[in-house]
Parts: sequence; structure tokens; C-alpha cells
Amino acid sequence: MKILVPIAKVPDTTSKIAFAENNTKFVTDGVTFIMNPTDEWYALVRACELKEQQGGEVVVIHVGGADSEQIIRKALAIGADKAVRVDADPTDAYFVAAQIANHAKTENYDLIIAGKETIDYNSFQVGGMVAEFLDLPCVALVQKLDVANGVATLKREIEGGTETVEVKLPMVVCAQKELAEARIPNMKGIMGARTKPLAVVAATADDKLTTIASYALPDKAKQVKLVDKDNVEELVRLLHEEAKAF
Amino acid sequence: MSVLTFVEINEGKIKKASLEAAYYGSKTAEANGLASVAVVLGEAGAEELASLGQVGVSKVLHASDARFNHFDSKAYTKAVAEAVNAAAATYVVLSFNNNGKLLAPRLSVRLKAGYVPGAVELPANGLFKKNVFSGKASAQYQINTEKKIVAVNPNSLSPVKGAGTAIVEAFAPAVSDADFSTVVKGQDKITGTIPLTEADLVVSAGRGLKGPENWGMIEELAGLLGAATACSRAVADVDWRPHHEHVGQTGLTIRPNLYIAVGISGAIQHLAGVNSSKVIVVINTDPEAPFFKAADYGIVGDAFEVMPKFNAAVRKLKAAN
Ligand SMILES: Cc1cc2nc3c(=O)[nH]c(=O)nc-3n(C[C@H](O)[C@H](O)[C@H](O)COP(=O)(O)OP(=O)(O)OC[C@H]3O[C@@H](n4cnc5c(N)ncnc54)[C@H](O)[C@@H]3O)c2cc1C
Repeated sequence: MKILVPIAKVPDTTSKIAFAENNTKFVTDGVTFIMNPTDEWYALVRACELKEQQGGEVVVIHVGGADSEQIIRKALAIGADKAVRVDADPTDAYFVAAQIANHAKTENYDLIIAGKETIDYNSFQVGGMVAEFLDLPCVALVQKLDVANGVATLKREIEGGTETVEVKLPMVVCAQKELAEARIPNMKGIMGARTKPLAVVAATADDKLTTIASYALPDKAKQVKLVDKDNVEELVRLLHEEAKAF
Repeated sequence: MSVLTFVEINEGKIKKASLEAAYYGSKTAEANGLASVAVVLGEAGAEELASLGQVGVSKVLHASDARFNHFDSKAYTKAVAEAVNAAAATYVVLSFNNNGKLLAPRLSVRLKAGYVPGAVELPANGLFKKNVFSGKASAQYQINTEKKIVAVNPNSLSPVKGAGTAIVEAFAPAVSDADFSTVVKGQDKITGTIPLTEADLVVSAGRGLKGPENWGMIEELAGLLGAATACSRAVADVDWRPHHEHVGQTGLTIRPNLYIAVGISGAIQHLAGVNSSKVIVVINTDPEAPFFKAADYGIVGDAFEVMPKFNAAVRKLKAAN
């Protein structure tokens, strides 16, 4: 089985978020970048598990600059066999998806497993867009994925529960938590990753359909109204009468 | 020309999140002098569909075709794209809910229309606001194409209902059996609970509760309020609570009217999933817990002492009203 996993680079979850140039630019100074957790913990690990069970190959693809090499090497250390980096600034989801689809269209992947969303722009777009570019079936919010005889059995989240579906490969999957257990790369993986192939390719020109005009930080920290622990009834009164919360 | 809203039916009823989207669609139509049209796929009652008129929809395109009773992203994309053409829509609106999150990006490619996922308010000056960096900031998006797609974050606006009735028109998109790629084998619904992403009120708890056996008081409060229950990742990870309750940066993002956090420290990754809740109440023994900085109301105290009193006070209030 041949599996493609798109990986994104995002600011670490504890990063301080700040903007410059009249709130039009995200300040990256002092920000540590990591592989998007959903891509790493669930999409990539499940892809590696399927390969280990059934044979085949896992390829990771990343759209980004040369400074993303560390993240790509980590993906290789976790178990991917080779990597492709599209050398371009990933500023628009449509653009990123077009690059990934452009690579995938000649490679005959059985599965493309993306993370459901990135933790920076939280936009949940790339998996679905790649599927449409390639005219493939796609299932999102996937918590369970097994493959047998060219058919995938998936469990996806629906409002208030889950749904089990079957889809004939090839297809695109948008992964979420529970799909796999995060892996910590071992020494052998880290050493091996250094020599695994990483191809750098140029972007194909494609349109960017959206632009971010400006950013804003939330209003100043709220002032909490503390109620004494011996006066719980007062809190309930405040929530009912003042906050009108119920 | 029109604004077309994709509306979903669940167990015969319009999904709450879809109703919000339809209201958003109607408001956008009104602001741009366009008609507000909805598209519904799958079998549904005519009366329920006509009730979309209450949120300003004038016409519903209804594909009453049993093949659409289950969501299939490929077939749905084709059908909705056809509705966009039929209605000459320049805006496509949907909910940023489980199905909308997959349908919208597919439509974006199919229609080559710029897409804003998770808009939190109506557009102003041609810009669409959405949260970024897991709720730590917001951004104003500009869509560079003539056709525009917006997915509205659930619970972002409260539809104001009027008296209108929508006209329901049969719609037969050219979708073949081959376009249906997913076969549904079964559903497993957690009955009797409110889906977390649709809940107005949420009671949540963390490691401060010491063990799964102590969740009775949390469930009791949720029952009294008609609230959904949530939890921190730390407790889902050790299986004290089911994974689908986990909120935060790597779990669900919610924005209820009320979020009550009991015994949760308020780590930045947790806050990311809940900090747009309208009112936040924190109950924690540690006055230094970071959650108090994000809270509107709080009690510094032991959950095991506070919660029974809290529940009793709510019960008393409910009895009096
Ligand atoms: C990459 C990454 C992603 C993450 N994503 C998420 C996420 O999506 N969601 C999430 O929740 N976490 C996430 N985390 C974990 C997060 O950092 C915290 O570890 C977690 O939220 C802590 O859970 P907690 O508040 O239940 O437990 P703790 O941090 O242990 O806090 C327990 C709290 O209970 C209080 N307490 C103790 N006893 C009592 C009592 N008797 N009564 C009242 N209060 C009491 C304590 O004072 C303390 O504040 C993530 C971490 C990482 C590194």
C-alpha cells in the first residue's frame, strides 16, 4: 500500500502569539515550530502502522521553506520512507492543496491521510480540497481506519456519536484523535532519517483564493468575580440574574 | 442572484447549526440585495423545510432522494455545486459542523471559490472574521473570488425568528450512483445527551476530581441545567472520561453560553478550546490556577464541598421558577 501524508508546520502550542506591521504579520521571532500535532500523532502514525502490517511505502509531503527540514526529518524518524518538500510559502489552503494534488496525481497513492486541521489557522481544508482536486472519496474526523482487500473501514465522528463507513480505495482520510497513539522516534529512527530521500520541488503556479487582511488579539484579560466558597448560592444567583446564563 | 445555504436535517428536524447558517445566509442576502435560498439533500418533511422561512429563507431547493439520507462528501459536493448554479448563488453558506467541514473545502475547489472556515460573525466591510491560533487570536479574511463560501462556527449567532414561510421546490441534481462512494455500515449515537458542539451550557471537569467515580455530581449538574458534559485532555487520556468529551487545542472547540470548569487548571491548550465561551465559571482549590484569568466568575474551593451546594442551589432555583 502506498500512502501519502501531508504534514504542516505550526507554532508550538505554548507559543506567545503577537502581530506586527499594523497587525498584518504574525511575529515568528522566538516561536518554536513543530509538526502539526494531528498530522504527527494520528495521520502519520496510522500510516506507518498500516505500512508495517501490510507492506508498502509512506511518503510525507510538506509545502514550506528550507527551515522546515527539521520537521520533515522527524516524520522520517517516526517511520515515513521518503519526503517531498514543495518549496513555497504555504499562505493559502487552496494553494497548498493544489501542490499536494499536483504531486499525488501521478503517484497512484492508495491512501492520502491528512490531519483534520492545523492548530494555527484551524481551517480544516487541505484534506477535503486534495480529495476534490483528485476526484476521490474522502471521509473526515476519522477515529478508526482499517484496510482489507482494497476497502477501507472507517469510524468517523458525527454530531452526538460515530458512524462506521466503508470506502473503496483510493481515498483521502482526515484524521483526528484516537486514530493512533503518538510515537516518540527512537535512536534508530533518528539515525535512519538522515539518509532517507528528501526531494525538493518547485511549486506549480496556482491561485490564492483568500488573503488575511489583519489579525487581532482578544480583549484584555477578563476580571473574574470571585464568590466565597461558603456562599455558593450567591454564585448561582449571579449566573441566573446577572449573567443570564440559565 | 442569491445566497445559497446548505441545510442539514437530522431525525426529521433542521440541525440547530444549520438554522444558524440559514440565518447567516439570510442576513448576508439582505445586506447585498440578494435572495436567500437553501438547499436540502435527502428526505425531509415539507413543513419542516418551509419553516426555514422563519429565518428569512424564501426558497428551499429540496432533493428528496433517499440516496442522500447519508452524508457522502463526493456526491454532496456535486449536488450542492449544481444547486449553486441553479440558484445563481454568489455566496454559499454552511455550518462549520462535522459535515460542513468537509463539504466546504470540496466545494471551494469545485467552484474555485474562496472559502472562510469557521466565521464567527456576519461579514463587515467585505471581511470575514474567524478565530486563529486555536482561539488565541482572530483574523479578518478577504475572499479574492467572485463566488464566496463561508462556514459559520456553531453557536456564533442566535437566529431571530420571524413569521415567514419558504417555498419548497423539487430539485433533482444529476448525481449518479457511481458518485456515492461511502457505504454506511452503522451509527453509534450516544443517546440522551446533548452533542457538545451544539450545547448552550457545558459542565466540564478535570483531574481535580481525583477519579472517574466522582463524576456523579458533574452529571447531576448537567442534568439539572440541560447541559452537555466535557472534560480536559488529562482525564480523557487516562480514560476517566470518553474521548469525545475532550475539549481544547487537540480536542473539540466549543463556544457555549456558559462553561463551568471544575478542577481544571486552565492550561493554555485547554483554554484554546473554550475561551470563546460567553460566560466562564471556574471552581478550583488553587487561587493561582491560570483558569481564573480567563474566567468571569469563580470560587476558590474544593469541588467536593462546592458542587453539592451548587447543585442544591440550582435545584432550588429551578423549583422556584
Ligand atoms: C501539544 C499539547 C496539546 C494539548 N491539548 C490539550 C487539549 O486539547 N485539551 C486539554 O484539556 N489539554 C491539552 N493538553 C494538556 C494540558 O497542557 C494540560 O495538561 C491539561 O489540560 C490538564 O488537565 P487538568 O486541568 O484536568 O489537570 P491538572 O493540570 O492536573 O489540573 C487539575 C486542577 O484541579 C485543581 N484541583 C485539585 N483538586 C481539586 C478539588 N478537590 N477541587 C477543585 N479543584 C481541584 C488543581 O488545583 C488543578 O488546577 C495539551 C498538551 C500538549 C503538550
